[in-house]
Order: sequence, then structure tokens, then C-alpha cells
Amino acid sequence: MINKLVIENLKHRWVRTVLSATAVGVQVTMILTLVGVSYGTLDDLSRRSRGAGADILIRPPGSSIISLSTAPMPEKILDFVRSMPHVAVATGTIVQPIGGTNSVTGIDLESFEKMSGGFRFLSGGPFRNPEDVIIDEYWARQFRLSVGSPMHFMDRTWRVSGIVEPGKLARIFLPLKLVQELSANTGKLTMVYVKLDDPRHLADAMAALKNQLPTYQIYSIEEFVSQISVNNLPQLKTFIYVVIGVAVVVGFLVVFLSMYTAVLERTREIGILKSLGATPALILGILIRETIVLSLIGSVFGILFTYGTRWAIMRFVPGSLNQIIVPEWWPVASLVALVGSLLGALYPGWIAAKQDPIEALSYE
Amino acid sequence: MSDALIEIRGLKKTYRMGDIDVHALRGVDLTVERGEFIAVCGPSGSGKSTLFYILGGLTQATGGQVLIDGRDLTRMNDSQRTAIRRELVGFVFQRYNLLPTLSAADNIAMARYIAGSSKFRSKQDTEWFRQTLELLGVAHRLHHKPRSLSGGEQQRVAIARAIVNHPVLLLADEPTGNLDTENSETVLKLLVDLNERLGQTILMITHNPEAAAYAHRIVNMRDGRIV
Repeated sequence: MINKLVIENLKHRWVRTVLSATAVGVQVTMILTLVGVSYGTLDDLSRRSRGAGADILIRPPGSSIISLSTAPMPEKILDFVRSMPHVAVATGTIVQPIGGTNSVTGIDLESFEKMSGGFRFLSGGPFRNPEDVIIDEYWARQFRLSVGSPMHFMDRTWRVSGIVEPGKLARIFLPLKLVQELSANTGKLTMVYVKLDDPRHLADAMAALKNQLPTYQIYSIEEFVSQISVNNLPQLKTFIYVVIGVAVVVGFLVVFLSMYTAVLERTREIGILKSLGATPALILGILIRETIVLSLIGSVFGILFTYGTRWAIMRFVPGSLNQIIVPEWWPVASLVALVGSLLGALYPGWIAAKQDPIEALSYE
Repeated sequence: MSDALIEIRGLKKTYRMGDIDVHALRGVDLTVERGEFIAVCGPSGSGKSTLFYILGGLTQATGGQVLIDGRDLTRMNDSQRTAIRRELVGFVFQRYNLLPTLSAADNIAMARYIAGSSKFRSKQDTEWFRQTLELLGVAHRLHHKPRSLSGGEQQRVAIARAIVNHPVLLLADEPTGNLDTENSETVLKLLVDLNERLGQTILMITHNPEAAAYAHRIVNMRDGRIV
């Protein structure tokens, strides 16, 4: 019976219900989108790292997993690595930041293609002129670029020579030598990618490299990818917790306002229930159940909105952000919404439960 | 031998309004027999509504004694008076006071739910309630929400809700105050029918002498006293 009253109340004030649930949904979306972008961006980074086709990655001494450090390794290291047993291909890259979290990657096209299996050009082709740049499809889509379009970075104007399928290491590529020269890092590399003659020799090759290059950070590509996770990025985790905290506050405020209004609107009805002998606990229970339903509807809205944000991100900024749907976070975000909502319902519920029946019955 | 359902002795109620004490009841004595239909009349401010609220357990008396079915309301706390409203008393208000979001049937069911008897316990009980709905003339309107019912129909649903838990006392506060003459007459006749057929004890507050005339006995109040 109480459930029926709760549902009928929510249906009766459907605009308030929809608005409140939407607001709760926004808070759920806020959490799920942040988590989805975090996971998606890292997932994309992992995918692109795997897309290089390497088995082993060599990073400079003291570098972090995700860094935009430029070029602290000497290029000579490549020849040394190539001389190691089981090494089929070794190629070096240089990463140069170009603003925000974006960067351009300098590659030796020939060895990179040998390692990765080659770019799949959707339009245009490889570098032909000194100002040529290769970009991936996401970058082209985000900035509406096509073959021949100009791009400005590193104080120069570049021209798009080719647009490639995404998933190969980076989004913007320039010739290695050019980036080394422009960034005053001639003869230096940021990373070295190694492809083995047979992946079964990975352990031996890793051991040999670590033995010969003890100060360098040497990972199998799977090791490297496994470390690209939210858990290894304390700042990102903290940021997610902050957003969860903000979401709880938003949920609290939304439901507080909504329930407070509902209690005022329904003063007379509360008086009627009290005249029938309803206890304060029953009255409070009605509001709590309404809050739970609002929160559940809001959570469903929020999850659906997340598909919307993913579509928008992948449609408008696929080059900068990447969002995936993370279903294992659905219960977490819903619980956060529920906690915030229940906190918001407590005070209005207490007011309702304590209302004087005579005053409530005479409320106009 | 007297079979008193309500015994009121020296009942007083004082409200504090700002710095002023308002004496709404100044020592009321009244006895209502079981099965009686009594009308309490008086002008505005005479204290009849305060008497209604105290008898219904909606507010606490300041002094005196009120016994309903042997239970002293003046010694009860909030939670005990809530139980009185659930178990002993049914209310009919001037403004019907149906829950607007529920159908007529659900309004009645809600009263049963709150009283802890969401289902009819026996066939006799079900049959009794069916006959009561027929008597009240609302059996065919039960699935409508209050906004789809006329004032007279809403008041008849309110009466059905008030008696569904077999209260020992039906309290009616100006039950015809919002109704036209025809509907007023219908409602008053129904109250008489409930009293005569079911033996329902009714205390009706009214300032309308024509409505009061339907009762067995009329009690007049003025300035917080029975006159």
C-alpha cells in the first residue's frame, strides 16, 4: 500500500520527479563519465602502445610510466639493442609536447612500419616533404582536418600528408630527425621499441637487456600496458574521489530541495495520514522510499546519459579524450547517488514526521 | 445502567499565542453513550473544534479527564494518541481530506493498512464492508481519484474510510460544510443510517442547526463551555 502511495505521489508530481531524477542522473553521469574517460584514455594509450607491434619497451632511467619527457636517451643505444640476441627490429621515438596533454611523436618511418606492420592510410600517404605530418583518424575528425590541411604547432605550419587508422602508438607523427632537430634533441630518444624474432624468447631477451642496461627501465609491452591503470596514477584516483565527494553533495542538495518542497506541498496529506494514525516512522518511511525510487530512476538516467557523453566525446573530441562504458562502476555511482539522496531526505523527512497533525490538516 | 463510551470531566485546553493564553476549553463535562449520535453546536471560537481534536487524540488537553472506551486520553503521550487514532476513532472532515493521489478504494485501503489490517479478516467482514459501500452509494466509484468525484461522493468515501476499521467513535467535523443542500441531506441521512443500522457512535461538530437536528442529542457550546 505504501509503495503504491509512493509511486502515485511520484507520478502525480511527474515534472518534479523527472527533474529530480535527472539531477540525480547528472551526478551519476558525472562519476561514470569521469571514470569512463579515465579508463578510456588509459585503455586507448594501452591499445596504441600494443599497436606499435613491439615486444619490449625501453625507457630512460628514472622515468615514470606516463610521462611526456622528451629525449634523455642517446640514439646510439639503438645500435646496441639491435646487436642483442633475438632482436629483430628496434626503433626509437621522440615525444614532444605541443600543448595541453597533446604531443607529437617523431618516428623513423621505415623501422616503425617494419615493427608495427605499417600504417593503414585512410587517405593520403607518408611524409614526402619536410613540412608533412601524419595524423590519425580521431585527430582528423576532432579538428576537421583532411589531406593537405594546415596544422600549427612547434612554431611551424605543417601540412597533413596522410590520415591513418588509429591505434598505432600516437595521433600525430613527424619524422624522427625533424623532431630531434626542432626540439634541440639531436641524437636523443624518448623511448625504444623492440620487436623479437620470436615472442617465446621474451624472457631471455629481457634478461639480457636488463643485464646490459641496468639503469634503464625495461618492460615487456604487456608489463608496461598492465601498469597503465588508474591504480598507478594516485592523482587521478584522488581526482575521482573528489568528484565522488562533489557528487554526494550535489545529490544531497538536489534531493534535499526536492523533498523539502514535497513535504511543504504535502503538508495536508501528511496531516491526513497522521489523522489515520500513521506513526512518524511510517511518514519518514514514505519519504525515504520516494527518495530511493528517485535515486534508482536517477541512476538509470545517469547510466543512459553516460552513453550520450561517450557518443559526444567520440563524435567531437576523439583525438583528445576517449571514453569507455565501465559497468562495474554502475553500482558504485548508484550507491553514491543513493547515499547523497538519503542524506538529503533526512531533514525534510524529520520535519514531516514531526508535523503537528492539526496544523497540517489546516494547511492551505 | 449507563453504557458511556465517552466521559469528559473538567476538560481544559489553553493555547499559548505569543504572550497571550487563549482558553479554548474552560472545564467541559460531557458523557456520550455507546450508540449515541450527538451534535455539538456553537459559534466560531466556542471550543467545539478543540473538543473534536482532543477527542480524536490530535492534541493534548491541558487539564481534566477524557475517557474513551475506558482509556484516559489526557494521560497519553504522542505515540499512544497515535494508536488511539488508529484503533478507536474515525474522522470525517469538512474538506473530505482524501489523499489526492490515490483512488477512493486505495484511500480506504490506506486506513486499513495503517491500522495494521490491510486485508479483510473474514467473509463477514468483507460482506459488511461491501454492504456499507452500497449503503454509502460509492461502490461504483471506488476506482476514481478524488478529483473525479463530486463533493458528496468524496465525503461518502471519507465516511467509508472512517468506519472501515470499526472505530468505537466516529468524529465528524462540519461534514456538510462544503456541500450543497441535497448532498448535505444525503450525507446526514447516511450518518443516521450508520448509527441506526451499525450502532455506530457519532459525535458531529456543526454550527448548522438543521444538520444538528439529525442527531439524537444536541450539545451547545459557547466560550469554551457547554451551555
